[in-house]
Amino acid sequence: MKSKVFAWVFGAAISAVAATAAQAGTLDDVKQKGFVQCGVSQGLPGFSNPDSNNNWTGMDVDFCRAVAAAIFNDPSKVKFTPLSAKERFTALQSGEIDLLSRNTTWTMSRDTSLGLKFAGVMYYDGQGFMVRKSLGVDSALKLDGATVCTNTGTTTELNLADFFKANNMKYQVVAIENSDEVVKAYDEGRCDIFTTDQSGLYAERLKMKNPDDNIILPEIISKEPLGPVVRQGDDAWFNVVKWTYYALLNAEELGITQANVEEMKASTNPEIKRVLGVKNEDGSAAGFGTGIGLDEEWIVYVIKAVGNYGEIFERNVGTNTPLKIARGVNALWKNGGLQYAPPIR
Amino acid sequence: MTATAEDRERPQVSFWNDPKVRSILFQIVLLLVLAFMAYEIVVNTLSNLKSRNIASGFGFLSKTSGFDIIQSLIPYSSASTYGRAILVGFYNTLLVSGLSIVAATIIGFIMGIARLSKNWLVARIGTVYVEIFRNIPLLLWIFIFYSAVLQPLPGPREALNVFDMFFLSNRGFMMPKPIFGAGSMLGFAGLALGIVLAIVIARWSRARQMATGQTFPVMWTSLGLIFGLPLLGFAFAGFPLHWEFPALKGFNFAGGIDVIPELIAMFLALSIYTGTYVAEAVRAGILAVSHGQTEASYALGLRPGKALRLVVIPQAMRVIIPPLASTYLSLTKNSSLAVAIGYPDLVATGGIVLNQSGQAIEIVGIFMFVYLTLSLITAGLMNWFNARMKLVER
Amino acid sequence: MTKQHASIAYVRQEDAPLLPAPPSEVGIQGWLRKNLFSTPFYSVLTVVLGGLILWFIWDVFQWAIVTAIWTGSNREACLVPDGVTGACWPMVREKFPQWIYGFYPVEERWRVNTVCIVGVLALAPMLMPSAPYKTLNALFLLAVFPLMALILLTGGHFSFAFGSYVATLGLLLLTSVTVPLMAFGLEEGIRRNPHGLISAAISVGGWIGSLYVSGSAIPWTALAFGIGAAVFSLGSVFKEPSLSGRTAAYTWASIVIGIMLAMLLLGANLGLVPVETSQWGGLLVTLVVSVTGIVASLPLGILLALGRRSQMPVVKLFSIIFIELWRGVPLITVLFFSSVMLPLFLPEGTSFDKLLRALIGVALFSAAYMAEVVRSGLQAIPKGQYEGAMALGLPFWQMMNKIILPQALKISIPNIVGNFISLFKDTTLVSIIGIFDLLGMVRAGLKDSNWAAPSSTPTGYFTLALMFWIFCFAMSRYSIYTERRLNTGHKR
Repeated sequence: MKSKVFAWVFGAAISAVAATAAQAGTLDDVKQKGFVQCGVSQGLPGFSNPDSNNNWTGMDVDFCRAVAAAIFNDPSKVKFTPLSAKERFTALQSGEIDLLSRNTTWTMSRDTSLGLKFAGVMYYDGQGFMVRKSLGVDSALKLDGATVCTNTGTTTELNLADFFKANNMKYQVVAIENSDEVVKAYDEGRCDIFTTDQSGLYAERLKMKNPDDNIILPEIISKEPLGPVVRQGDDAWFNVVKWTYYALLNAEELGITQANVEEMKASTNPEIKRVLGVKNEDGSAAGFGTGIGLDEEWIVYVIKAVGNYGEIFERNVGTNTPLKIARGVNALWKNGGLQYAPPIR
Repeated sequence: MTATAEDRERPQVSFWNDPKVRSILFQIVLLLVLAFMAYEIVVNTLSNLKSRNIASGFGFLSKTSGFDIIQSLIPYSSASTYGRAILVGFYNTLLVSGLSIVAATIIGFIMGIARLSKNWLVARIGTVYVEIFRNIPLLLWIFIFYSAVLQPLPGPREALNVFDMFFLSNRGFMMPKPIFGAGSMLGFAGLALGIVLAIVIARWSRARQMATGQTFPVMWTSLGLIFGLPLLGFAFAGFPLHWEFPALKGFNFAGGIDVIPELIAMFLALSIYTGTYVAEAVRAGILAVSHGQTEASYALGLRPGKALRLVVIPQAMRVIIPPLASTYLSLTKNSSLAVAIGYPDLVATGGIVLNQSGQAIEIVGIFMFVYLTLSLITAGLMNWFNARMKLVER
Repeated sequence: MTKQHASIAYVRQEDAPLLPAPPSEVGIQGWLRKNLFSTPFYSVLTVVLGGLILWFIWDVFQWAIVTAIWTGSNREACLVPDGVTGACWPMVREKFPQWIYGFYPVEERWRVNTVCIVGVLALAPMLMPSAPYKTLNALFLLAVFPLMALILLTGGHFSFAFGSYVATLGLLLLTSVTVPLMAFGLEEGIRRNPHGLISAAISVGGWIGSLYVSGSAIPWTALAFGIGAAVFSLGSVFKEPSLSGRTAAYTWASIVIGIMLAMLLLGANLGLVPVETSQWGGLLVTLVVSVTGIVASLPLGILLALGRRSQMPVVKLFSIIFIELWRGVPLITVLFFSSVMLPLFLPEGTSFDKLLRALIGVALFSAAYMAEVVRSGLQAIPKGQYEGAMALGLPFWQMMNKIILPQALKISIPNIVGNFISLFKDTTLVSIIGIFDLLGMVRAGLKDSNWAAPSSTPTGYFTLALMFWIFCFAMSRYSIYTERRLNTGHKR
């Protein structure tokens, strides 16, 4: 109640721009305002990157679109807020954004003590190193005495210190806050090594003067499961986000793609019928969309909008993109990867 | 509101129109509003912190930091505490501000005097310097100097080499590091003794000059003492000083002192930018000294240099020092822009700690405390100085 | 004898013709001798420095014009095999719109241009001392223009709940109790309007009470009692209509209507596409931040300056603490404060725009500096002015508004402009907290791999420095001009 008084005193002046307080559930809120406010990075090719007309592309961006499609049957009903590593959690906690989809590592402390909840792992990543080819280094264990560029405010910086200490090597660290500045410093020769999540290395390499002059070392020194995050204590919204992610995986597993989703509706496979929310012969619901406050056909909307997980991956970071990242551990469990979704039934 | 005759004797002021009552009422209202806002802020903050599971208090300062810092004046590693990391940043702030203050003062005095030069070209150079550097934001200068330091310089393997002792590359400027062995204390003691003696001699000679008019070569004696005595001390201890030279090893140079490019860029930008403000203060100070003073000193037969040094500048200092002090203070505050290029000053290391620990309020509190303390110290020194330098009139 | 002598005696009847000055003292030669070669030392200095300067200017000229690249569509044009090239101008040409507008949608940029043109057209006569209609102009600049700029730049569409219209109207109506006070003075105003005051008191009480009782009764309570207060207050004024009573009532009514109209306009759909502040950038953001900062800081600064000179200990102490606290810390910590700490101070779930947060930080910061500027202006006003005003029986605010502030602000104009220049330069700091102002936008553009060439960074910084320099230099000239104009009275 106290805080309400305060809100009123300030409210007269700032209610104009203040977003409506998230007293109701986020899902109802989102439905009411008509779009999903999604926190993304300030520019990381393949994950969330704006072009010069502010059109966003990337896996994280596509996930936001998938959530928007699930709710509104319209992937364009999403607004992006670019956030730095430092701002991202505050933005989510304060309600500035509804969903944080910004290559954020799932760690215990973040999951348990920051009032956040991770909805899944969009991309299994690990921290790696990039060096100039001309240095002739082929292993991270030969980096003794090197100067390393990294950005602050992330787990990267801590992993780096641990790695060099564990291997009894010395190094100098140039720590800069803005990730673009880090890349620039490395590119201008301030450092021998650039370290961040390996997917980030592939992405940032594209921004360099001569991408091919740099190689990415094979070692991965940490586990970095990256995934979408929501606020704790709002299970309805958490379920929507979590099951949107699982729906993308289930769709890939069942071979439902952006192209064939309409035909698949006619499939007799009960599993597919459940996923796509095709009504049973007696007219009863086969899917579970209404159970989480969405339409029965919500997965159809999602797949039509962005495709299944595999399609998102290949379109944004896969081997045919400039990033040229192989599926690797991000393959489905059936193909020896780690991506595994509970069944929709 | 009918007033009787007695009432009219003293002006009748109603309760509302009594300025005293009004001012008290107004202050009570203001206090209430402030107290209410403070209360709301505290309540909101506490509930926000609770829901985010952030413990308040300064206990986190003794936790292990886990990150490294590129430049540190005190021993520091990733196993040190957050508190020590912030201390490292504080020393780095002092280092870069101290160096820049000295350089800015020198540049500023030269340019300020140059602007008043009789030589048209020299005066124009002073003006152009001030107008160009002052009218472009400091942050842009920092970026310009940073890329001017980084871009044209070669990598460490092709570093510019001076006598195998000094190396200049995009990793910074490497120079030999003195290592003092046992017995160096004797040398330092000599230095201290030399400085003390020099001060004593200077006082004595001034007193003598006042009394008898005879001068004493203070400067040469002082120089002899300050350099001679430590040398004597070292010689006595058998020269326990040796140098550690930087050498290329693997990726980088090892050994020696590494002046990192970030420090060089910050130093250049801060001193050149702030120099313009010093120059303006100096010019205003000199202009404030009446021309009659200069003419009188010429009439006494002083040469222009001596007239400037003995008559004009001492009087101008009274006008110069106050703006100079606030310029120094803003230079120190401006050194916080180091965060933009990754020089680990107080704000940059504090920012890392903030990111890693989430203790936003405490960290910003530390920032405010440190800079406010610096401001207060400067203000205190200024008051003391002003009181000392006050024009003593007959 | 005398006669003879008289014949050769000579008394000059007119002045001897003036001899021309020696050739070494006049003309170019004289100027050179006096200003450049007066002593051997100066001659050497002139030659050496002159040579250095010519060499430097030649180098810059070479770089910017002669060896510069003028055409091209990507980095290939600026990458010359031997690596030594001049400026890379095609990059500037391609990036320039972005440096000005940021990511503001291309088809909506006319809105930015309109705001800019109207702003300049309205501001220019304000700055010219001889232009007429200053009051109207100021009214437009301070009331209409900000609203127009806000609507055009953001596109309007602010989502006010219906309740907030009702509540705002109610609260505004409540302020009607001040109308009799303005019209009849404090004591009379209270005496003549007992019902209005009672109604207002009940209203405030009910409103506060309803905050603690759940339900949406608050806005309606506020409105109901606000109407009551307004009816009684206005009634008491118009019972005996006097000129001052009418003026007060009309002023009040126009303010209320103005604010409600502004709210309606902000909330209405005017057919403009909303453009979020995260899409703003470049010079647009630099100007928005610095202009808003200076405009918001002026009234705040005046209040703080008056507070610091006040005799009320609480007010004085508060003003001193506020001013010294903000002046003592670097702007970057203030920006950290606004981006990281402000959300912690607000009730959970409330959040507002990142740019707005930065604006609040900048405005508070510059208010502290503005307060010191205004204070120095106040101190320069001779005591006789205060005493004269008090002798006329003017109350405090009238004394300030009519006598002291007009003079104090006038002599502070050069310093206010100086303050604005430093604020304008300081806005570059918002790029550190991830807002793309002019500097941030240029730096973002330099990272574009499409234009990655050795010469693009120097070219970008050179252009940027030139832009900042032109702005700041022009403003500092204006400040010197005003200073001279105001100084004419006491020239030595």
